[in-house]
Amino acid sequence: MDTHTLSPRRRFYDKGLRALLYFCGILTCVLLVLIIGYIFYRGIPHISWELLSTQSSYINDTIGILPNILNTLYIILLSMVIVLPLGVGAAIYLTEYAANRKLVAVIEFATETLTGIPSIIFGLVGMLFFIQMLGLKTGVLAGGLTLVVMILPTIVRTTQESLKTVPDSYREGALALGAGKWHMVRTVVLPNAVDGIVTGCILAVGRIVGESAALLYTAGFGLVLNDFFTSLESSSATLTVALYVYASERGETAIAFAIATILMLLTLVINLAASLVGRKLKKN
Amino acid sequence: MSTVIEVKDLNLWYGAHHALHSVNIDIPAHEITALIGPSGCGKSTFLKTLNRMNDLVPGVKIEGEVLYHGQNIFDPSVDVTQLRKNVGMVFQKPNPFPMSIYDNIAYGPRLHGTHSKAELSELVEKSLRGASLWDEVKDRLKKSALGLSGGQQQRLCIARALAVQPDVLLMDEPTSALDPASTIRIEELMAELKKQYTVVIVTHNMQQAARISDKCAFFLLGEMVEIGPTEQIFSMPKDKRTEDYITGRFG
Repeated sequence: MDTHTLSPRRRFYDKGLRALLYFCGILTCVLLVLIIGYIFYRGIPHISWELLSTQSSYINDTIGILPNILNTLYIILLSMVIVLPLGVGAAIYLTEYAANRKLVAVIEFATETLTGIPSIIFGLVGMLFFIQMLGLKTGVLAGGLTLVVMILPTIVRTTQESLKTVPDSYREGALALGAGKWHMVRTVVLPNAVDGIVTGCILAVGRIVGESAALLYTAGFGLVLNDFFTSLESSSATLTVALYVYASERGETAIAFAIATILMLLTLVINLAASLVGRKLKKN
Repeated sequence: MSTVIEVKDLNLWYGAHHALHSVNIDIPAHEITALIGPSGCGKSTFLKTLNRMNDLVPGVKIEGEVLYHGQNIFDPSVDVTQLRKNVGMVFQKPNPFPMSIYDNIAYGPRLHGTHSKAELSELVEKSLRGASLWDEVKDRLKKSALGLSGGQQQRLCIARALAVQPDVLLMDEPTSALDPASTIRIEELMAELKKQYTVVIVTHNMQQAARISDKCAFFLLGEMVEIGPTEQIFSMPKDKRTEDYITGRFG
């Protein structure tokens, strides 16, 4: 826009607003850089091979977060194995099969609402349902199932969105050749939606890595090294929960910052992977 | 000449909208039947009824009979996938799958149970030759079909439809998205195709209908106004409305 044709009053507004927006932008960037920088500054010096490869010991008075790294992986594995077929299946049903448009609209609205619910509520429901009603012990199984409930709406929505990007002309082409519905979905729709589905999954993994509230009451605070099957029903803290334990219950601020650094790096890697995989699959 | 498809008293509704009013048409074998009429007159709807692609539209209701070789295609015993194998379709916009040229053509045969490599390769070549595309693509069968020009893509879609060895070929304005040179090639191709197949084509282009079709049906507001040999429809139509349309008074 040509500012010198504006009246002085409007020019003042224009300049003033521009400065204000500029300030907002700068402030956001500065805050981000400060937080990341501060965490790295406090955390990196305390990351050691010993921390990553051992478990905590009261006798030797050492701290190691290997159990928590493994617990995080266990929970990711368990939740994804369950949520992926369930969520993708539900999305395929809703977009490709369901004939009752009204019901679909209601379900879509419900899933959208569910994605916005605070995770502590999922934790509470998980505790009441999986642990008190079904009698599971606090552990990876109860925690994983709670996370399944929590990320299911996200997986359904992202899968639905990517299914909807597949042009109808592909579907018509396949059906006109005599393909059955499932054959059409398998050969024409899914291969063209897979990039979106994979991206959605990676982002869901990111959410699992970052989740703590929903796991406090369901997966527990245990810091002991377990194999996968033992961990299912024994109290197992993930990295985020361990961060909470070390920071607020044991006063080990340095360890908390080390874990925070690891979590931030993980999140970064996961987001990069999501965009890379998405782009790579889109090309093919 | 034998009749392949016999349409008796066909009525179709999209929800409350009565889209086809008691249509009666016989479609003879090895001829090109053209369906003409202004936009929204029901000609595409009629075409899509012949291989039951309208089943996909929510809220559609159909009454009447479409006899394919004497068998009513709406009969519950009819396998709609088998019907679509016999009555192939080419769409208005070329819609190749985002796969290689070879896989596009092999999609149908694989679907219907042909898996031997030799057989598939033979079918692919035969179909591409049938759609007069072979010479242009024989060296790049493994390349993506999306790299072809619009006209080539449309001939690929014709080849893909031929690969399942249909009996009837439905074409929904197959040249409306193409340039004149590609259009001429496809029209030439259709003249070849009718030797082996029965062709039903919807077209907006009256010159095209006049050039290529043997029989012509004029649709208006969901009603089939008049059907007859193309020459007669264009030289001495019986109905005043047909005359008004082909002389360009509306449409």
